[in-house]
Amino acid sequence: MIFTGPLTWLTALPFAGAFAVLALSRNRALARALAILVALASLVGALALWVHFQAASSGMQFEQQYAWASSIGLTYHVGIDGLGLLLLLLSAIVVLMSLVASWRNPAHGPVYFALVLFLECGLFGTFTALNFLHWFLYWELTLIPAFFLVRQWGGTKRAQASLQFFLYTMVGSVALLVAFLVLYLAAGTFEFLALAQWAHQGQLTAALQQQFSWTGWSGSSLALLLFWAVFLGFAVKTPVVPFHTWLPATYAEASSETTMLLTGAMSKMGVYGFLRILLPIFPAQMQQILTPLLWLALASIVLPALAAWAQRDLKRTFAYSSVNHLGYCVLGICVVARFTGSDPSLLLEKSAALTGVLLQIFSHGLTAAALFWFVALLERRNQGKRALTDFGGLRKIVPVFCGLMGIAIFASLGLPGLNGFPGEFLIFKGVFPLAGWAAALALLGLLFTAVFLLAVLQRVFFGPMRESQQQAPMPDLTVAERFAFAPVIALMLVLGFYPQFIAGKMTGTVAQWTAPQAAPVQTIPSTVTNTSGYPVHATEAHR
Amino acid sequence: MPLTTISQPLASAPQLAWTIYASFLGAVAVLLTPSSRPQFTRWVALLTSVVGFVLTLGAVLQYQPGSLLLVADSTWIPQLGIRYTLAADGISLTLLLLTGLAAMAGILFSWNIEHRTREFFAFYLVLIGGVYGVFLSFDLFLLFVFYEIAIIPKYFLIAIWGSAPNGDTRPRQYAAMKLALYSFAGSALVLIGILAAWAASGSHTLNLAVLAHYPFSQHFQMWAFPLIFVGFAVLAGLWPFHTWAPTGHAAAPTAASMLLAGVVMKLGAYGCLRVAMMLFPLGLAPWGFHILGLGSWRDVFALLALISIVYGASVALVQRDFKFVIGYSSVSHMGFVLLGLMTLSQIGINGAVLQMFSHGIIAGLLFAVVGRMVYDRTHTRDLAALGPMQLSYALPFAAVTFTLAAMASVGLPGFSGFIAELQVILGVWRSMPWMVFAVALGILIGVAFTWRALTRVFFPASQSDESPAPIEHPLPPITLPERAGALLLLTATIIVGLYPHILMRLILPSLQSPLFSALRNGGWR
Repeated sequence: MIFTGPLTWLTALPFAGAFAVLALSRNRALARALAILVALASLVGALALWVHFQAASSGMQFEQQYAWASSIGLTYHVGIDGLGLLLLLLSAIVVLMSLVASWRNPAHGPVYFALVLFLECGLFGTFTALNFLHWFLYWELTLIPAFFLVRQWGGTKRAQASLQFFLYTMVGSVALLVAFLVLYLAAGTFEFLALAQWAHQGQLTAALQQQFSWTGWSGSSLALLLFWAVFLGFAVKTPVVPFHTWLPATYAEASSETTMLLTGAMSKMGVYGFLRILLPIFPAQMQQILTPLLWLALASIVLPALAAWAQRDLKRTFAYSSVNHLGYCVLGICVVARFTGSDPSLLLEKSAALTGVLLQIFSHGLTAAALFWFVALLERRNQGKRALTDFGGLRKIVPVFCGLMGIAIFASLGLPGLNGFPGEFLIFKGVFPLAGWAAALALLGLLFTAVFLLAVLQRVFFGPMRESQQQAPMPDLTVAERFAFAPVIALMLVLGFYPQFIAGKMTGTVAQWTAPQAAPVQTIPSTVTNTSGYPVHATEAHR
Repeated sequence: MPLTTISQPLASAPQLAWTIYASFLGAVAVLLTPSSRPQFTRWVALLTSVVGFVLTLGAVLQYQPGSLLLVADSTWIPQLGIRYTLAADGISLTLLLLTGLAAMAGILFSWNIEHRTREFFAFYLVLIGGVYGVFLSFDLFLLFVFYEIAIIPKYFLIAIWGSAPNGDTRPRQYAAMKLALYSFAGSALVLIGILAAWAASGSHTLNLAVLAHYPFSQHFQMWAFPLIFVGFAVLAGLWPFHTWAPTGHAAAPTAASMLLAGVVMKLGAYGCLRVAMMLFPLGLAPWGFHILGLGSWRDVFALLALISIVYGASVALVQRDFKFVIGYSSVSHMGFVLLGLMTLSQIGINGAVLQMFSHGIIAGLLFAVVGRMVYDRTHTRDLAALGPMQLSYALPFAAVTFTLAAMASVGLPGFSGFIAELQVILGVWRSMPWMVFAVALGILIGVAFTWRALTRVFFPASQSDESPAPIEHPLPPITLPERAGALLLLTATIIVGLYPHILMRLILPSLQSPLFSALRNGGWR
């Protein structure tokens, strides 16, 4: 019954594929081929969804909703809008990149590939689920493969890094669960769309006050508390300074191919949460504490950029740069939150900021995954060395590698013409009129990013070559590797020159987020409608 | 008085009585098999358990939610008003399913028993028969008889086939005796309560359905309830009556541990619900005064259950013996069950019964890995000694099974424990909100000790990056019966986790039935 919808198929595909790969665990080559085939099939599926997605319509598409365990408010509810579609595509791309990067890594066997596919299933599920319990199932299920990937295939300090990663994320998840249980007790539903509608009507604080009057707190204080709990859950994942301290260790200790997954796809779960859950359900609370949030976002932009400058380890450098890039997304979201549902003259700025956030999510995922892929190649060709001081003058011996990695570095920097620029530009375009001081401070982040990335470029590609490198120069990219990188680099260039490719599909979603709010509805849908069919436009389920 | 005077949809399912009879007959048949052919013995035992499960499954599939299945009702000792009455409602069916699954899995995991195989399976099947009997009994005296029948095989299973904990000078006979004595003590309390109920109701009947409607005085219920509740709670492993459980489970052979932790502890919880709460619900009413902030038996037992959750998890966190970790985790999980019962809300009690089923399966899985897969091969249960053995390379099936069982035990979504614990938490929040934080703490400590055991044994940090050195004495691979048993239990927990409706449709309507009307009239919170 649930298999009538494309989203269910897409989520089930890597899950089934993982079992098939495990069944082939004796034969590494076959398992590897099958894993890549499954990832490719998932990508094709995501692209098919992309093509069939109606850009102009708002609301969820390919929606399916079935009763699952109604006594606890659990429904099987999936659907995507522009944000979900974007992240499905990004996850599919990043997983494929990661698996291809593992091709030559002998340590990564069939179990590794199976875990990556389980992770992909969890990602697809997270980005499509619309009922909190259903969504939480996938959210938690991404944690398990990620934990094992870091722990079993990581570096020397992987035990501590994986434990830290696990604990931080678990604390965040617990905060999320508790907050939503409280919301369920107040609102009677776990559905994201229904909760958003209900919160928009201003019923959140009233219901909290009523249900929890025994605490003696007002409804708005309770709502604020819930907001912080949900914020914590996503702030750990994104991450937002100061909840980011698990990230450098985990990214550094995990094998670089795993880090591609962590930075390319898993970090987006946090931003997704901000956009899908936090902003729609707690708009008033975000407005209330906007200034502290803006400061946290700015801290996430400026401080990691400075920290990246100070790193000696290439992986840690790029790890901190990851935090920095996602900080721009958080900044964009916070600024937009300030103006939910008001002044139509700010529509342009809000649309710009939100489109910029979406573009930045996609481009960062792509670029960061590519950068860690290059680091993986560097490591493998240099006996695992990855300190800045280990390299120098590489452009003389590996010109193609340096050329391609240079493109990726410049994309990360935000050079116009590459994919990093449109997202950052639009975010700044939107933020500047709305909160000028924040934009000005965020520019510092841009400056420091340029500094440390150019420093990496200079230290690794230019400058004097080390003795060991001169004795035994590392080989350049093979033809197969050039073919593997070509689509990624091409995508970076295409998106740099024609971001409309992505932004065009997002118009309906962005319009819905920025539009003056629609007329309120009377009841929260309690009966579950059986909607299926493909594709589906804005359905009646949340009207 | 016959059962038919109760106004509730009644159906007839006489085949369910054969779950009991088949088990006893199977025990006899097993004893008659030639001792030179243990394989034949095992198959007879397995087939017996499959018969019981299939019968239960058939009844479940035909069951009308909310009805009462009358299985048997005949005269027994008319002078005392005791009848041989067997019946089942949705709650009984859920636990019968659990028993069937645990029995089959236990026999599969005992496939390697070579020492006195026939006696082992005979005792095992008698235990199963007794447990089926308790879940089906609707006459208090009959329930008591089956309860006692179940205690004897437990003693022998541990005393003859058990193993002492490492570094513990006390032999397994100590654990067996402790378990038996605690069980007898609990049942003694229950007997007093039963006799009192019989006398107070006019000495006419001990039928559960009839007594559920008998208007016992509040004063009577106020002392009968805690007496019977404590009697059963001893078997359920409620703190501070729990100390037999970790010792007993650790000393027992695998199949017995699976059954003890998985099913027998649920006998206690079932008794708490079916006898104490159904017959004497007014015993839960407020006393009118407060001692240390506790104003009713409900507060007292809820607090004890809460302590079980946190204490059980905390003690599990510091254990050095792998089996003791699981033993104490059972105490912690049973605390959830009893807390759920004490919420006196539909959702809480539903969660409690679901947790009974869920934990039964999960405890079975955990003990199966620890006992059968790991201990029978490595002959050690010491966490520190198991780490260097690189078990995730030597026994990958065990590693994966234990990882999945650990995820289920922690209450991760997708497994049966999540829905059960969620409902208990919602129930606790509705009735005793301040306890939720302690429950959450218990869950977090649960994550911690599970993580500790999992990583210490299967994924120790000292493993090097390259593939490990070849093991000098490779461990025997996981056999087919073990895989079958593990798959059976994993499938059960995942199916219920993803589609809890299959059990909730049994449990929830039964809570609405006339049997529990007195409890409901006390006011669902």
